[in-house]
Amino acid sequence: MNKKQKKMLVRILIAAAMLAALHFITASGWMRFALYLIPYLIIGYDILFKAVKGVKNRQIFDENFLMSIATVGAIVLAVYEQSGDYTEAVAVMLFYQTGELFQSCAVGKSRRSISDLMDIRPDYANIECGGRLERVDPDEVETGSIIVVRPGEKVPIDGVVVEGASTLNTSALTGESLPRDIKTGDEITSGCINMTGVLKIRIMKKFGESTVSKILDLVENAGSRKSRSENFISKFARIYTPAVCAAALALALLPPLARMIFTGAAAEWSVWIYRALTFLVISCPCALVISIPLSFFAGIGGASRAGVLVKGSNYLEALSQTKIMVFDKTGTLTKGAFEVNGVHHSEMVNSELLEYAALAESASSHPISRSLRLAYGREIDSSRVSDIEEISGNGVTARVDGIEVAAGNDKLMKRLGISFIPCHSAGTIIHMAVGGEYAGHIVISDIIKPNSKAAIASLKTEGIDKIIMLTGDTEKAAVQVGNAIGIDQVYSGLLPSDKVEKVEELLKGKPEKAKLAFVGDGINDAPVLRRADIGIAMGAMGSDAAIEAADVVLMDDDPIKISKAVKISRKCMSIVYQNIIFAIGIKTICLLLGAAGFADMWLAIFADVGVMILAVLNAIRALFVKKL
Amino acid sequence: MIKTYKIEVDCANCANKMEEAAQKTKGVKNAAVNFMTLKMNVEFEEGQDPQTVMRQVRKNCKRIEDDCEIYL
Repeated sequence: MNKKQKKMLVRILIAAAMLAALHFITASGWMRFALYLIPYLIIGYDILFKAVKGVKNRQIFDENFLMSIATVGAIVLAVYEQSGDYTEAVAVMLFYQTGELFQSCAVGKSRRSISDLMDIRPDYANIECGGRLERVDPDEVETGSIIVVRPGEKVPIDGVVVEGASTLNTSALTGESLPRDIKTGDEITSGCINMTGVLKIRIMKKFGESTVSKILDLVENAGSRKSRSENFISKFARIYTPAVCAAALALALLPPLARMIFTGAAAEWSVWIYRALTFLVISCPCALVISIPLSFFAGIGGASRAGVLVKGSNYLEALSQTKIMVFDKTGTLTKGAFEVNGVHHSEMVNSELLEYAALAESASSHPISRSLRLAYGREIDSSRVSDIEEISGNGVTARVDGIEVAAGNDKLMKRLGISFIPCHSAGTIIHMAVGGEYAGHIVISDIIKPNSKAAIASLKTEGIDKIIMLTGDTEKAAVQVGNAIGIDQVYSGLLPSDKVEKVEELLKGKPEKAKLAFVGDGINDAPVLRRADIGIAMGAMGSDAAIEAADVVLMDDDPIKISKAVKISRKCMSIVYQNIIFAIGIKTICLLLGAAGFADMWLAIFADVGVMILAVLNAIRALFVKKL
Repeated sequence: MIKTYKIEVDCANCANKMEEAAQKTKGVKNAAVNFMTLKMNVEFEEGQDPQTVMRQVRKNCKRIEDDCEIYL
């Protein structure tokens, strides 16, 4: 609690104690009035003061003014009726202030806990200076200088490791709890926590351009893009309060006048005025106005904890309404790196065939040869290879351990006059001939990410109607990947500009309310990311372009995070709707009960404060996304 | 030009009112108040001096909500 809140707590306690004590004192007349006025003023002086100021500034419909009118009205009624029942006015003021205090504490607490979650801002960087470490502001470190990160410290700025090896905890950035190993020469992202060894890092970017700054900037400014729900609520609040006040005025005047004119009965002014005052107590829209942005704030905070950065509550809202999801293939659903995917029809042990292939291709720098060497996994002993001949567009022939080896495509096999078995798999096929005999083929292709299939399945259970994949790859490769992971529709052979066209076509063909999301790796699909209703970029750790272009940024490249993001948005939106319906519903019921005379001011204030407390507690739930 | 200012305000409804007041101020193209992070993003119209405009924004906000503050 801050100073302001503590002061309020003291005022509440004093006023409550006095009110309780006055219950046992039997005073009457003006003496009683004066005694009750003391706790009323203690608890409500600032409200009355602000109400007067508000009227001066022509701000009639603010809650201070309404509370003042309601309580002063109740006191005047008590004096007029000589009932001496001043407790109600004091109690209403007391509960109102208690509610405000609770709200300010709850908001402060959630504000702090969400900022704590996002506590990735590094406080300092260590610079070696004459054999001693010196702490400096990360902002002051120039690019090219060397900083030292000790175990337990945050990496303050993006850079490259020049000395040392360690494990990094990236969970603050990615939500991924598995630590990452890092060694000399590796690039390192700010915001990770160094766990085991001392690292020396050469700074590649200024602090302001580092990943950490970009993320903090993004999260802190997320609120400036407001969702439709939020705009609805602020519009609603603008109408609600004046409407209730008008209703209160009507309630105070019309029924008594009608009674006098039409039935000739007593007007019962005080009954109707009391009911009207009850209306005023319920007229404060605070529960709604506070709980909706708080829900979004908690949702965005929880998402960023899971490694999903959402640039604004409007995008969180749109994400929850996604019906069509379009994926880029390479780098999104597949790893985008070529690997040996299988060895078929081999006449020898698979590893032996791979060994021949790797040795034969050892002199080439082609990506295909690199993936062969990677699959072989051992040091290449180049003394075993001789007579290497590269035939451009065909492959390689060489002698390995004195045996003639040919590795290449079907053209090479035809050229050498060796009959081969064609392959059904998509990808690059390396036919092998050893000693002049066909020895099988090796399939090299882009590998599907381990979680792609699970992610697509999970998205379908989340109610995404259509999952589409776009790729520049050949139809064969695209269809194979699509079938393997359960994509509904595949468009292949697209140039980057074709992808934009395709997405535009899909946008035109969908119903207005269904949103279309595009998921890409952010490297060359920025135009598509911008064009879609929601652009989701993945694997964005360290990629500025993706962070700029996308609306939702996934820090690591695991596709399962996409379905997690959708789940988080759904949860947050359901909390938002719960709060809207709950708060408006309870208020409407109380207004009806108040008008009919079933609810007194006590119930009204309980409804007002109680709804707000429950709505705030419900909003905080959006923060917890771990189990989704 | 968009600038961000730190603000101080107690209730969410007051934050909405501040936003409205800021939007209506001359020289302001658009304004958004984020109650949760206590920040105000102001987009200025071209050729306007942020300092002068913000002084007026602050004045207008103070008029509708006495208990608020914008740190210029």
